[in-house]
Amino acid sequence: MNSVSVTQQQYVKQKKRQLQLLKMIRILILIAFLTVWELATNLHYIDGFFFSSPSRILLCIWNMLFDGSLLLHIGVTLYETLLSFLLIILLSMGAAMLFWLHPRIYEVFDPFLVVLNSLPKSALAPLFIVWLGTNVRTIIVAGISVAVFGSIISLYSGFASVDKDKIKLIYTLGGGKKDALKKVVVPGTIPVLLSTMKVNIGLALVGVIIGEFLAARKGLGYLIIYGSQVFKLDWVIMSIVILCIIAIGLYSLLNCAEKKYLKGL
Amino acid sequence: MDSILKLTDVGLSYHNMNGETSALHHISFSVAKGEFVSIVGPSGCGKSTLLSIIAGLLEPETGTIAFENPKGTIAYPKIGYMLQKDHLFEWRSIYKNILLGLEIQNKLDEAHMALVDDMLITYGLYKFKDKKPSELSGGMRQRAALIRTLALEPDILLLDEPFSALDYQTRLKVSDDIYCIIKKENKTAILVTHDLSEAISLGEKIIVLTKRPGTIKKIIPITLSIENRTPMKSRNAPEFKDYFNLLWKELNS
Repeated sequence: MNSVSVTQQQYVKQKKRQLQLLKMIRILILIAFLTVWELATNLHYIDGFFFSSPSRILLCIWNMLFDGSLLLHIGVTLYETLLSFLLIILLSMGAAMLFWLHPRIYEVFDPFLVVLNSLPKSALAPLFIVWLGTNVRTIIVAGISVAVFGSIISLYSGFASVDKDKIKLIYTLGGGKKDALKKVVVPGTIPVLLSTMKVNIGLALVGVIIGEFLAARKGLGYLIIYGSQVFKLDWVIMSIVILCIIAIGLYSLLNCAEKKYLKGL
Repeated sequence: MDSILKLTDVGLSYHNMNGETSALHHISFSVAKGEFVSIVGPSGCGKSTLLSIIAGLLEPETGTIAFENPKGTIAYPKIGYMLQKDHLFEWRSIYKNILLGLEIQNKLDEAHMALVDDMLITYGLYKFKDKKPSELSGGMRQRAALIRTLALEPDILLLDEPFSALDYQTRLKVSDDIYCIIKKENKTAILVTHDLSEAISLGEKIIVLTKRPGTIKKIIPITLSIENRTPMKSRNAPEFKDYFNLLWKELNS
């Protein structure tokens, strides 16, 4: 096993080189973009007041880190996103389990779910404010509303596509429907759950930002809206950059968890 | 001979909005304690349905099933069911897979655990008990599936083409293996298969079913002039070929 053939070595080497090249190109594009942006504002091709620039964003981050307001806004948005995400998972798992145990209930609710899932949830946000007030509760509800219906549908169809013979096995061992759910359906659907979670974390962030646009005094969504109203466009663009970083961070966290789980199998 | 299981005039149809399909019709036979019965028939003749009915997973529409124990009192014996595939769960170790039935029935007591350990040692899986199913060969997986079934101490074992997912060579070996385990544990077994040689080499009695709706065409007792019968040896018995031809004719007439 320890002697690897020359052709195999060449193959591995070539593949590795390709991957490195790919990474380099990506980084170069990013650097090129930032340089052009910076130069364009410095040379007054575009107005830094409206378009900001990498250096202005860094300065802005630096200043806001010192007065502590940036970390507060980031913290609030993260807290609201994670709480919505957690509630989405709990709600959709609960609903999918109920539907699997009682398919009749699913049949009744199926068309409603489809409608609610395709409805643009941002249309609901103003309603939530009227009903629930301008507070964290509204933002969490907005975050949940964006993802929860799609999540229920994907989890339920994951549950429903579990091998019928595996469920029959539980019955032949003297188990009931609840045993089948506990021993086969849920553990067998963990890959589906993980991929649904990856979608949901992004959607929860979308919902929270929509909520913060309308009903917040804190958070990156608030910072974006407030910044645009007082023409502090550095704030707006900085918040967008930070949102990018948060989105990547949360996604890769779940991606790691998924890879780890699949590897453990 | 004491019969442990007696089916009388069992029938079942499947229903959907487009009409009904009769799956089984007038099925009557009995199985003696310790007997190994093979059921053969063309595909779609309701073989698996028949096992599901015996296992109590499906209710027959007509007829009755009686289980009797040797003392003559009617009682439901425990039934073990082996499916086509082993269905060992990849998220559990072999040991945890084997304990699945005991877990479901809340029987994780010392006596049952000891029984499982005994079987693991006897059937050569003890060393592999902490492995994942994918690390085992097809034959070992099928043995693990059998121990999972036997852990619940069934009186009757139902085998639904348990070897059909294996390649031919493994299949011969595993059917030898499983047969010997079943005989050693002194269980009654009903095997469903579409492989005629397999039916003859394992069965002491063969029930031939007709095309859908499945009815009993013939019941053929198998007597082979060999000692210490195993499926492998049975294939070399002088009568084997004649039984094969007889079955072939029955299925094709």
